[in-house]
Amino acid sequence: MLEAEGLGLSYGDKYIFNSLDLSIPKGKITVFIGSNGCGKSTLLRSMARLLKPQNGTVMLDGTDISRMATKEIARKLAILPQGPIAPDGLTVLQLVKQGRYPYQSWLRQWSREDERIVREALEATGMSGLSEQSVDSLSGGQRQRAWIAMTLAQQTPIILLDEPTTYLDMTHQIEVLDLLYEMNRRDDRTIVMVLHDINLACRYADHIVAIRAGQIEAEGKPGEVIDEQLIEKVFRLKCEIIPDPLYGTPLCIPYTNCSLKAVKEVLRR
Amino acid sequence: MKIIYLIVPLVVLAGVVVCSVAFGVTDIPIGTVWESIIHYNASNEHLIIRTTRIPRALIAAAVGACLAIAGAVMQVLTRNPIASPSTLGVNAGAAFFIMLCGLSLGISGQQAFTWVALIGAALSGGIVFLLGSIGRDGMTPVKITLAGASMSAFFASLTQGLMLTNGKMFDQILAWLVGSVAGREMSQLEAVWPYMAAGMAIALLLSRHLNVLAMGDDMAQGLGQSPGRTKAFGAASVILLAGGSVAVAGPIAFVGIIIPHIVRYLVGTDYRWILPCSAVFGAILLVAADLGSRYIAMPKEVPVGVMTAIMGVPFFVYIARKGRRTS
Repeated sequence: MLEAEGLGLSYGDKYIFNSLDLSIPKGKITVFIGSNGCGKSTLLRSMARLLKPQNGTVMLDGTDISRMATKEIARKLAILPQGPIAPDGLTVLQLVKQGRYPYQSWLRQWSREDERIVREALEATGMSGLSEQSVDSLSGGQRQRAWIAMTLAQQTPIILLDEPTTYLDMTHQIEVLDLLYEMNRRDDRTIVMVLHDINLACRYADHIVAIRAGQIEAEGKPGEVIDEQLIEKVFRLKCEIIPDPLYGTPLCIPYTNCSLKAVKEVLRR
Repeated sequence: MKIIYLIVPLVVLAGVVVCSVAFGVTDIPIGTVWESIIHYNASNEHLIIRTTRIPRALIAAAVGACLAIAGAVMQVLTRNPIASPSTLGVNAGAAFFIMLCGLSLGISGQQAFTWVALIGAALSGGIVFLLGSIGRDGMTPVKITLAGASMSAFFASLTQGLMLTNGKMFDQILAWLVGSVAGREMSQLEAVWPYMAAGMAIALLLSRHLNVLAMGDDMAQGLGQSPGRTKAFGAASVILLAGGSVAVAGPIAFVGIIIPHIVRYLVGTDYRWILPCSAVFGAILLVAADLGSRYIAMPKEVPVGVMTAIMGVPFFVYIARKGRRTS
């Protein structure tokens, strides 16, 4: 269970967010949406203790994370930052093995169980066949799957991902989101991520959190919260919301007066 | 399989050390070298071996190993492929402090020089780190490189200024400033080796954590590491290794850049292998360079720092041109 209570964070004298409360539903997929610079990534990073908030607390299973050992947090919560970079020549297998780092110490060295967990993570992400390839030689989608395999090997009930689909083409975006969906439904892992594509967010999220200027504008099931007014407020964009013909989830069709006028002129001819 | 990259170089190292003891302005038969160790008879040849050649070979090996490990550690800490004790100003700082304290405070003796060198290495390293981390985007490879280059130049200028105002001993100081292992005594190695050994031990104990830190601070923290603590220990090991090296041999450049790259090419990305292999390869490089330096202008000797520079510059250009992040 992951919660933020009265969270406040600022850079210099500029507030990113101020007394923000949020509770992440357990075993669900939660997606943060919002325009660039609204604070959604900052919020995600604070909830994963990568940033230290000035005010308020992040509670993990009822304990303030600032009072927990970082290693202990790493066994309960995995974070995949945006655009992670693997050292040159690091193989997929070596990368995924690092996921076992929070379980190792002087007393507890590499074990058979670690080996098994790493193998399972590779299988679950379809990376078994590529395990000896170096990460930098992979395509964008494969690379992201390798990183997700690493977070899987961390065996945490909660996984946070900061824009896991950035820089990926449509096919690979879907591939990554399907993988996360499967991890959620099959292993009951709580997933929290930042996404830029509202339509994909609506399709995959159980719980959507719309953030504007460091405030939570709305949260809930995509079908219940996403409407024209919210999108206009959060993204400053006019749009038409229709039900997705395949999934029934909200589908956002943005428009501007400028482009509409152009289209009407073409139609008139 | 990787063990080959440790065992074969160890054999090679033993070979070059023996060559370094045997060959020079006067060549000494290997048999005599052996004899001098087991049946020392105070003959002229035995004297050369015991008091000159052996200390020189061992100091070169120790300094080479230290600089190579320090370079490898710095390259992870800064995520910068051209980081090393010389490029980031740590060596120059240590050298300046030795000069300053030697000339103005009249400090002498290897033990005192070592402490001064450690303080100098820590100070200059700290300044470079601070300068390279100013700004909201934190430490970037470009900023840290610029900070290192400017501090190196700054300390080098101050050192030269000190030299000019103290004309006496010019020759001796100059040879030391380029980096040299000639004319050293065993007692000097005895004074610095505990610091060098401590630096190596810290680095080796840190290797598993460096593997995780190499993926970036966020990733390391997400996996349950305290990146700050890893960096602090890493910095401590660099200061001990580089400070100890400069105290005995002066600021020798390029070993710390070249070796980690060669080793990474051979053994991959795991620092549990990179660090010990770097130590052995670094030792080979410096002992061999020192041996070669005796033949360039025989019977005069060129400081080994000139040799490493001649070998290092093309390599440096190669890494810079490759232009990829390697950490």
